[in-house]
Amino acid sequence: MSAVAGRTPPAIIAEGLTKIYKSRSGEVRALDGLDLVVDEGTVLALLGPNGAGKTTTVRILATLLRPDSGRASVLGYDVVNDAQRLRRVIGLSGQYAAVDENLTGRENLWMFGRLYQIDSPTSRARAGELLEQFDLSDAGDRPVKTYSGGMRRRLDLASALIGHPRLLFLDEPTTGLDPRSRIGMWEVIRKLVREGSTLLLTTQYLEEADALANTIAVVDAGKIIARGTADELKSTVGGERVEVVVHDPAQLGTALEVVSRCCMAEAKVDEHTRRLTAPAAGGAQQLVAVIRALDDAGIAIDDVGLRRPTLDDVFLTLTGHAAEMDAPDTNTDASIDVPAAAGRTA
Amino acid sequence: MTTIQEAPPQQGSALSDSLVVTWRNLKRIPRIPELAIFAILQSVMFVLLFAFVFGGAIPLPGGGNYREFLMPGIFAQTLAFAAATTAIGMTDDMAKGLVDRFRSLPMSRSAFLTGRTVSDVVYNLGILVVLMLSGLAVGWRVHEGVGRFFAGVGLTLLFAYAMSWVGVWLGMLVPTVEVAQQVAFTAIFPLTFLSNAFVPLPSLPGWLQPVADWNPVSAITGALRELWGNPNPFATSSFPSEHPIVMTLIWTAVFVAIFAPLGVRRYRATSR
Repeated sequence: MSAVAGRTPPAIIAEGLTKIYKSRSGEVRALDGLDLVVDEGTVLALLGPNGAGKTTTVRILATLLRPDSGRASVLGYDVVNDAQRLRRVIGLSGQYAAVDENLTGRENLWMFGRLYQIDSPTSRARAGELLEQFDLSDAGDRPVKTYSGGMRRRLDLASALIGHPRLLFLDEPTTGLDPRSRIGMWEVIRKLVREGSTLLLTTQYLEEADALANTIAVVDAGKIIARGTADELKSTVGGERVEVVVHDPAQLGTALEVVSRCCMAEAKVDEHTRRLTAPAAGGAQQLVAVIRALDDAGIAIDDVGLRRPTLDDVFLTLTGHAAEMDAPDTNTDASIDVPAAAGRTA
Repeated sequence: MTTIQEAPPQQGSALSDSLVVTWRNLKRIPRIPELAIFAILQSVMFVLLFAFVFGGAIPLPGGGNYREFLMPGIFAQTLAFAAATTAIGMTDDMAKGLVDRFRSLPMSRSAFLTGRTVSDVVYNLGILVVLMLSGLAVGWRVHEGVGRFFAGVGLTLLFAYAMSWVGVWLGMLVPTVEVAQQVAFTAIFPLTFLSNAFVPLPSLPGWLQPVADWNPVSAITGALRELWGNPNPFATSSFPSEHPIVMTLIWTAVFVAIFAPLGVRRYRATSR
């Protein structure tokens, strides 16, 4: 990252950010010395479970929250001292789809444009452009309360773009969306990325970070604990693995031997769910070999599949504890059907 | 794009930003007509209840028409509830994340709150008009001419504006719309009933009279009765009883002076 930084200064520099929330039941250390550098023109995903500090980080960088200690500058502006200047060049789209339900899509965009200090005719024209771009032209003159969840998110994102921001914050852009809207949202974001926007997004889903970001920073307990590309992170947990659910608990022992021999590594057993997991260096070929070997040994199976590492696996490897998110860990295919885990992030 | 990047990093214009926010809040009224309709029905219900149910049981010292006595009290009560309207609107915007959106924009820091209070005054003016019409229907009249009538309307709106600032601050203090509703009603009901709005002050127990006397709702109610020539039985020869107009202006100034800065400070620092 420093290779590029030699020419243009980084878009985001955060050093030692700390934020403590006080509540009746005590203190919560939301950020615990978080450091972060994001280069201009790149996409960084903050990946972590609920409560890891992703949203707090975004809120500090977007001038909504003051850090208790540490400092951060975005596009050369200090987030505390130059907040008002900074607000002109950033856009924020949050997880709550913060648009006015009683206004139409067009009215929302016009209003936010005016508040970006864009004059009224320009703002109106820009609103029309964005409605077109986000496939909302037909719905543009309907109150937002009639919109679907996906349409609201798109309008929310469009609102963040009204002032032509040089840097965009997307806080869990697809949380709570159904799979189809999620893919739609990804396409919109990818297009922004192709146009060269600098983007910082937060997500709970490794797949999402993988699909959208150049670099992933894994956040846990208010710190960045790992940083790299999706492939680099996945390789830290050993890539793909074979997962087998054995029908008869009595055959678990035999199955363990067969799978371990087949994969040339000790398989892990979860007796409760009758599940065996082993690294699958050979990918699909390995899966075929395992199925064949189990069949030869006369072991009945309920389920078998290749599984790519999830955030849970990355977390387990990096931190030794699970990510504690609602997503089930039984994704046998690593496609995008990540369940919608609606929820707030601290 | 370049024009925006090169624009001087000035603060958003407080006036135009406030107007945009006011426009946004007023748009809401025709889009959710139920809100205004029920607010009006509620006030009309109060007029009818007091005029026809309680009115007969509440004698005015020195005589006088109870319904003429009542209407300024109803106006004051309705306008005191302006604080609740504002608080609920504020909490709603906070809960839906809209406040975050506005705070992330390069707009004037106070415009969001100013727009909120100004639009609530416009909203309250509409309700006041309907209330006055229902007052006329039950026999309330203004006796002191057009000038003093409008002076009364102006004073009422000023009072509502001050109450809205209380609501702004309150709305940011509480976590949900339901709590905002509870808190506002718990605070405002005693405020309106411990006043001369519905009963003449001399009918209260002696120890309660000074409390009711200094109550801002009593001040605005007394001021309206004085301006419009409606019956206004004095409790005591105390300062607030004798100078309700001055007292209303003082209360209004005090409320705005305390709650506007508190509200703006809270808005800047809010971390939800």
